[in-house]
Amino acid sequence: MANRVVRLPLVGTGLGATLRKDNWWIGPAVTFAVLSSFIAYATFRAFENNFFSYGPYLSPFYSPYIESKGFGISFLSPAMLILPGPASFRFTCYYYRKAYYRAFAMDPPACAVGERNPEKYNGERKLLLFQNLHRFAMYVAVLFLVFLWHDFYKSLSFDGHFGLGLGSLVLLTNCVLLSGYTFGCHSFRHLIGGSVDSFSTAPFGKLRHSLWNLVTKLNGNHMAFAWSSLFGVALTDLYIRMVASGAIHDIRFL
Amino acid sequence: MTDKNFETHEHDVLVIGAGGAGLRAAIEASAAGLSVGLICKSLLGKAHTVMAEGGVAAALGNVEPRDNWKVHFRDTMKGGRYLNQWRMAQLHAMEAPDRVNELEEWGAIFDRTHDGKILQRNFGGHTYPRLAHVGDRTGLEMIRTLQQHGIHTGMHVYMECTLTRLFTAGEGDDKRVTGCFGYWRENGKFVVFKTKAIVMASGGIGRIFKINSNSWECTGDGQALAYLAGAELMDMEFMQFHPTGMVWPPSVRGTLITEGVRGEGGTLRNKDGKRIMFGYIPELYASDTAKTEEEADLWLRESTTGIASKAKRTPDLLPRDIVARAIHTEVKAGRGSPHGGVFLDIATRRSAEDIKKKLPAMYHQFMELGDVDITKEPMEVGPTGHYTMGGIKVDPNTQESRVKGLFAAGECAAGMHGSNRLGGNSLSDLLVFGRIAGEHAAKFAKSVQAKETDKGAIEAAEKEALAPFSRDEGPNPFLLHEDLMNQMQKYVGIMRNEADLASGLKEVERLKDAQSRISVTGNRHYNAAWHESIDMRNMLIVSEAMARAAAQRKESRGGHAREDFTEMDKEHFAKVNIVLRYGKGGDMELEEVALPPVPDEIKKILEEKE
Amino acid sequence: MADKATIRVFRGNEDGGEFKEYEVETYTGMVVLDAIHEIQAKQAPDLAVRWNCKAGRCGSCSAEVNGKPRLLCMTRMSHFAEGEAINVTPMRTFPIIKDLVTDVSWNYEMAKKIPEFKPRPRDADGHWRMQQYDIDRIQEFRKCIECFMCQNVCHVLRDHDKKKEFAGPRFFIHLATLEMHPLDTLDRRQMMKDDFGLGLCNITRCCTEVCPEHIQITDNGIIPMKERVADDFYDPVRWLLARFGGKKKKSLPIVQSTGDAGEDTHKTKKPKKTA
Repeated sequence: MANRVVRLPLVGTGLGATLRKDNWWIGPAVTFAVLSSFIAYATFRAFENNFFSYGPYLSPFYSPYIESKGFGISFLSPAMLILPGPASFRFTCYYYRKAYYRAFAMDPPACAVGERNPEKYNGERKLLLFQNLHRFAMYVAVLFLVFLWHDFYKSLSFDGHFGLGLGSLVLLTNCVLLSGYTFGCHSFRHLIGGSVDSFSTAPFGKLRHSLWNLVTKLNGNHMAFAWSSLFGVALTDLYIRMVASGAIHDIRFL
Repeated sequence: MTDKNFETHEHDVLVIGAGGAGLRAAIEASAAGLSVGLICKSLLGKAHTVMAEGGVAAALGNVEPRDNWKVHFRDTMKGGRYLNQWRMAQLHAMEAPDRVNELEEWGAIFDRTHDGKILQRNFGGHTYPRLAHVGDRTGLEMIRTLQQHGIHTGMHVYMECTLTRLFTAGEGDDKRVTGCFGYWRENGKFVVFKTKAIVMASGGIGRIFKINSNSWECTGDGQALAYLAGAELMDMEFMQFHPTGMVWPPSVRGTLITEGVRGEGGTLRNKDGKRIMFGYIPELYASDTAKTEEEADLWLRESTTGIASKAKRTPDLLPRDIVARAIHTEVKAGRGSPHGGVFLDIATRRSAEDIKKKLPAMYHQFMELGDVDITKEPMEVGPTGHYTMGGIKVDPNTQESRVKGLFAAGECAAGMHGSNRLGGNSLSDLLVFGRIAGEHAAKFAKSVQAKETDKGAIEAAEKEALAPFSRDEGPNPFLLHEDLMNQMQKYVGIMRNEADLASGLKEVERLKDAQSRISVTGNRHYNAAWHESIDMRNMLIVSEAMARAAAQRKESRGGHAREDFTEMDKEHFAKVNIVLRYGKGGDMELEEVALPPVPDEIKKILEEKE
Repeated sequence: MADKATIRVFRGNEDGGEFKEYEVETYTGMVVLDAIHEIQAKQAPDLAVRWNCKAGRCGSCSAEVNGKPRLLCMTRMSHFAEGEAINVTPMRTFPIIKDLVTDVSWNYEMAKKIPEFKPRPRDADGHWRMQQYDIDRIQEFRKCIECFMCQNVCHVLRDHDKKKEFAGPRFFIHLATLEMHPLDTLDRRQMMKDDFGLGLCNITRCCTEVCPEHIQITDNGIIPMKERVADDFYDPVRWLLARFGGKKKKSLPIVQSTGDAGEDTHKTKKPKKTA
């Protein structure tokens, strides 16, 4: 049978070289846009140093609240002092690493898609060796969770009386999402049971296996929690900014 | 246009085929301190053993303490309708537990019982839950384990190398292997292996049937090579049609569905929803098979949860030949499913979660290839060419063929399974007889000096292999293969009769002639048509052997069913095996050989009742 | 349904090649491998393709369809839009032999370098006891059919060609199996770090995305191994605890790194006893 010869370069090298026909660039592009927007918003809010609390509500960007005036550096807001904590957790997170290696470093931009500089690559050795310290960022993140849950607890108290506002629920949602994200962390999973080879013979093995199973379920949704908790934090802060600045009014249920 | 520049490799022991039996043999021979070459037609680890799903049969007694080798032996002989070489069946039953434990030592990770031992499941024809397994991918686990252990023993693995001839020296009873000849798939270059002993472990012949569960490799190479070298073939009429192959869509027709589905409680139903197997319980199995659905279900429930069940077994788990013929009969009677099979229902029998856990590969396979969710709907199944009980005739104690230094193990060897193999006995067969063959090949290699191969034989092999390139015009090997598959399916298939078998033989003769005229184009680099043309020779040899033996055996037994002789013949054919050999002038010679006498103590075991 | 499909297959060898276009008739349930076989039987008898089981069990027919790694036998023709030309190319990471067949021997070399399973002694009654929940994790990795598509798609191998210092996802899950095996008695973490290049993986997860067995290579295999390596080599707190006798290190013989992955003999040493 006569077969037409289709002459085309099979696939070159270099950034974006691929035989894929789908819109592989959408994923990294969206990741890039969303992460950049978040960073821009967080930076703006950290510099703004205003509208971060309203009544019993405290923005997660400013929690725990540390009075910074004493440090003598005028632009250093309380947010800037604490944000490196959660930021380092997210930056070294095993999920976000994928997200920004793909969307920002484009190494690779997507599966089976060519890269810019194939000769230069060290992975997570050398410069990025610190990624191995993710567990310490996780310890910090767990500490922050304590403060945030405490913030929620405080948000139920209006002038010494029990109450419940929309802001309390917003804070609660934020806490739940962040807990789902933090306790689904790969390092946490390792700590809970991942390092055990034989659950049935290890001390507290059965208990650790049950906990590990729970963490594994959360871990399976780590990406979903990573994004939803990121939106959660930003929207919680936005809500508090809006009620604090008077743009909207908090709704009180009780 | 012969090419003098073939490469040569030399080993003490050469193992042909890298499935379970070949790997196990190579490991054994390596352990004896010899230089071992392992030749695979594909890449290492892709052999057809990966398709084994249900498990490996071994009387470990982990789930059912009443189980022991004698029960396993009895089940095997009964399943084979007593045509097995009793000594092989005995060795198999006795050694299988050790072989399974050994796999665990090499890293196999079997499913576990509640007290942490190797779990065993029910299977057709096995009195007790006996199959050590890993979900429905036991074969993969086994081959990966053997492969990972094997590569650390110092053996040399030759991948994508196809052999076309064995070399021998001497005549008659002094005939001895000296080496073999083949080509690299990659570049088509020739290679000669010099060796003192060969273990043939090349697997099956399923590709001679239109509907089969086998991969392209299963073309009877080992059987044909050994036959051409002077070894004998035995029991070639016995072909196991696995009762449950996929029937729809056409693309996957024949693809295997594990017996494990029925082991886990699946039932066969016809289009009226009736469970069919209660109508097909043969006399031989009547005393230990349930007659009612209630009893069958009670047995399943109890025996799968580790309770020593007093109920009788479900007829869905009768030996494969019986179930395959039952399905065939139902479909012929017009009670089949829309696409010419029957229904296999697990959806109403087990929870979706259980099905996904216990039969993940089946779930996956139907979801992706058949658009069927087996947790919700029944599967459509029908018989598929699966396994040959026949093969190279070997000494039951050493696995040596009639040619000295030529051993055989696994599916390409005959004798262990008689006229029908029980599910799960093939994986244990590979391990047990792979080891024995490796051990005796090593012994043999240590006892002899290497012998040179006659140059003329090498030249003849080259010429034969290159012949298809030398013809400008001739049949297309792919279409010839298709033709052969259709003829064999039609005339030498699941139900046979004298006229059909005669037609089948005639067709094989016609195709033999066509094969000798095949022409291929292109060069020798990874040329699929060329490879097919060489495999065709082998497929035609085993097809002829099957048709001839089937015509000779005028009875129905195990994997050989005749419409014109529907019963087992207790007088004559119960006592003989049919043996074929390469006769003078190249014709296939056939002989009936009496079964070896069964010693009294073995007879006693066979007659015991549980 | 006698519809037609257009398939463009890469034809060539290490010297180069091109797409050739073939037309095949499609039928219900047809997969790309069926189409390739049709072409082989009727149009291009010398077309080279590797395949075995045609049921997604053996992992032989790996190639790239429209630029994505796939098993040809599990890729339904109905997956593609009607009239769309389907491009079939060989795996890109490995040297090409001919048409759709590549030389994957590097994987077999790598497999040899991994020190094999070494179990502890059996229990007194000859059994090894493990609970099902102990082995669920590693049984997932044992599902691997060695299709090498994860190796093919991994950019460390595909783009950066670090075949000398990087074992790739397939062997990371093999190492993870050994490392997490309840019976195994060797510690291969140092090798993982030094010889097999675990640190080169930047967990961008393409391996997991293409795995036909849906093994969670990254989350369940590679990341847990990174955490274990971090335990031993990057965690100053653990180091201090071990140093001052608070916590004992795993008392398994450590398989020593050979400096590169080029040797297949490995020495083991007993860890120093902590005071």
